Amino acid sequence: MVDLLSKFDPLIEERETLLGKGVRDPFSLVMEEVKSPTVAICNGQETILLGTYNYMGMTFDPDVIDAGKDALENFGSGTTGSRVLNGTYRGHRDCEDALKEFYNMDHAMVYSTGYQANLGTISALAGKGDYIILDIDSHASIYDGCSMGNAEIVAFRHNDVEALEKRLKRLPEEAGKLVVLEGVYSMLGDVAPLKEMVAVCKKYGAMTLVDEAHSMGFVGENGRGVCEEAGVIDDVDFIIGTFSKSVGTVGGFCVSNHPKFEILRLVSRPYIFTASLPPSVVATATTSIRKLMHAGNKRAHLWENSKTLHKGLQDLGYTLGTDTPQSAIIAVVLEDLTKGAMLWQALLENGLYVNLARPPATPKGMTLLRCSLCAEHTAEQVQQILGMFEAAGKQVGVI
Amino acid sequence: MTDRSATFAKVAEQITPFNNKGVALDESTTFAGDLEWDSLTVMDFVAAIEDEFDIIITMNMQAEIETVGQLVDAVEKLAE
Repeated sequence: MVDLLSKFDPLIEERETLLGKGVRDPFSLVMEEVKSPTVAICNGQETILLGTYNYMGMTFDPDVIDAGKDALENFGSGTTGSRVLNGTYRGHRDCEDALKEFYNMDHAMVYSTGYQANLGTISALAGKGDYIILDIDSHASIYDGCSMGNAEIVAFRHNDVEALEKRLKRLPEEAGKLVVLEGVYSMLGDVAPLKEMVAVCKKYGAMTLVDEAHSMGFVGENGRGVCEEAGVIDDVDFIIGTFSKSVGTVGGFCVSNHPKFEILRLVSRPYIFTASLPPSVVATATTSIRKLMHAGNKRAHLWENSKTLHKGLQDLGYTLGTDTPQSAIIAVVLEDLTKGAMLWQALLENGLYVNLARPPATPKGMTLLRCSLCAEHTAEQVQQILGMFEAAGKQVGVI
Repeated sequence: MTDRSATFAKVAEQITPFNNKGVALDESTTFAGDLEWDSLTVMDFVAAIEDEFDIIITMNMQAEIETVGQLVDAVEKLAE
């Protein structure tokens, strides 16, 4: 018998080598208690959370919690069914209405996760014979959506408008084309030049889909994302988003003004062949989305936090993924996985949690410690965080 | 020089800047095994080939191409 798991031997070996150096496993952290959007107890110690994508800190909002409790009591713990059968409750429709209002768009479709929203939308839109043109650094859910639809996939260099144009120009004019972009790329926290890119897509007759997972809630005047900030929200065909970041729960969605959009409910397999979100989850999402429409002050505070942390880390001598703060993600670039894991552990022991990211999730084989800020981090916490980065960095010898 | 050997020469020329180990090239040289290219190098090299021949090599096609000879065949077909 061939052991099908032997193909993972190199990965098993790499992990054993890393753990053999006395580093705690960075991929098996347990949060024993969660006190607030910014503080949890890890390994018995109070820990500041700086790697949760909980950008707007909605997870403990009292109105959000009440909405969830209320739905749990009145509609039960789960729907036990597909959106197209017995899994659409009033709450799911309310949630889609809130999204339509939030984005000022005609249609919204709620999926059970953000991953499924990309998978389901992309695979339904682009099938055999169509072309998907995507940024090489696209999220795994985008690549998986491409594979699932059997489309021809063409990648272009990260955020390179000229490379995108060259490829669009060479594709057959009569072929169906979908360009997939992201507002904020989550590994480095950099923003796409959407104004230029969407213009190029229009010029060559390609439809566009923009994933705004890491920008919803705080980029753009109304928090609609990089599309809004770049002034192209009316020119893109589909926006994908998630409830598991700024919204503070779990779920995904697609919004659009396309007149035929609703048919996707009957052809998108990851929408149909899975159970819908529990009533409490859609109720918390709806309340959170409606509150995010009027969160101008929180957005301003989050940007302040991002600027302070970016400058502070630069001043300490860290290499960062972007020269300027472009989003709520600030990525610290480390030499290799060992150094990254050592700094990760030193930070955790100092009371700070950040995300360790490694290839293949990262671009250019980089090891990153990703910090994602929250609007609920106080100015004092940001200073504390900088102090921890100073102590841990010196301890490990990376600054 | 036949058309095919001319294409081979042009492809070889594009490989040179990425051939850090100075591997001798023939039809059966593999990108992953012999040249030891990672996915990022492949991406840059594919872009160079696409620009040189004014073609598109989709990721679906790239998955089927393992050797220099297979790439020359693909380029010949696409440039027709």
